[in-house]
Amino acid sequence: MNRKRKSHLSLYAFVAFSFAMSAVPAEAHLNSTGMGPFYDGLIHFLMNPEDIVPVVALALLAGLRGANYGRRALFVLPTAWFLGALAGLSALAANPHPFIAAAWFVLLGGLVAADAHVSLRATTVLAALLGLYHGYLNGTGMGQSLSTTVILVGLVFAIFVLIALVAAFVVRLRASWARVAIRVGGSWIAASGLLMLGWATRAR
Amino acid sequence: MKSCKVHTMARVFPILIFVMLCAPSALAHPQKGEAVGFLTGFRHPISGLDHVLAMIAVGLWGAQLGSPAIWLLPVAFPMVMAVGGMLGLMGIPLPGTEYGIALSAMLLGAAVLLELRPSLRIAALLVGFFAIFHGHAHGTELPRGQSALLYSMGFVIATGCLHAVGIGIGTFHRWGWGQKLLRAAGGLVTMGGVFFLWKAAA
Repeated sequence: MNRKRKSHLSLYAFVAFSFAMSAVPAEAHLNSTGMGPFYDGLIHFLMNPEDIVPVVALALLAGLRGANYGRRALFVLPTAWFLGALAGLSALAANPHPFIAAAWFVLLGGLVAADAHVSLRATTVLAALLGLYHGYLNGTGMGQSLSTTVILVGLVFAIFVLIALVAAFVVRLRASWARVAIRVGGSWIAASGLLMLGWATRAR
Repeated sequence: MKSCKVHTMARVFPILIFVMLCAPSALAHPQKGEAVGFLTGFRHPISGLDHVLAMIAVGLWGAQLGSPAIWLLPVAFPMVMAVGGMLGLMGIPLPGTEYGIALSAMLLGAAVLLELRPSLRIAALLVGFFAIFHGHAHGTELPRGQSALLYSMGFVIATGCLHAVGIGIGTFHRWGWGQKLLRAAGGLVTMGGVFFLWKAAA
């Protein structure tokens, strides 16, 4: 009887060992590029359309309004993103509400589609809120290690470059059809947001 | 000896079952499920001829009407259509969706055929009204388990591309033969609409 129990013990140990060996890497947050934490952060942003699209929408909005607006968004958004991410580092997990992500799409896309004459102050507030919210979500679950700051720097660097390129491109546009094309892009973003709202409602 | 072999098999078998059960999903592409979401969304508006005809007719009519309708319609249409899609996703019913889609192709085609020039407000209202039916039909047909964001983006971008095709064809309007060609295209869209209306009624 004792011998039988021993043989079962080795079987269970083998099964447990098989499970332990077949554990897949955690996919909670970061994609590892193998090129270091800076590029991990950069790629994390570039692989996440939920982050990219609102940043592009804000850059389009700022670009349509002019260089002053573009410059303001260029510095406020990455800074707010970084601060939000630092705040999020202390949180273990975030439970982002899908309505909020969709609302950002509808708001920013709608403003671009309408070619809304938002003030510089309103653009600053929008950039700060967007950065803080998305930064916080990015920061949660990253864990606190020495490389985390470098990851965040890579992430913020990607945002800085993206907003600089998009806003500068739009600021230079003078032809009316080109500005309308940007507004069409905004309407696509807003429409995607509306569909996401419906999707989020269906999922609940 | 034989009994020992059977005993070993009996021990190995559950291990094999366990290992097979804990097989992870395939990670062949960088973001699982998301590429499928975008492509499925992109394919959705172009997979139904009734939708395609109506979307192209919007572009053609916009091109005939000229500025600012040519720009206003492609800006407004995706958003109004998305409202319809949102209603469909929420499960809010819209009666006569198939009739609405068929009528949209028929009436928008007729507008192109007859080169109707109503005021901008009426044109936008007509196009917006039908956009709700198209969006609703898409919203109720969306498959589960896709990436909501990428699916929605693919869906909206494909719709915008169909408008662009219509506007692109509409550039022929500057030539006399092109105007006739556009009206003929409008006639074809109307015929398609009549066919889909008959199909919806059957």
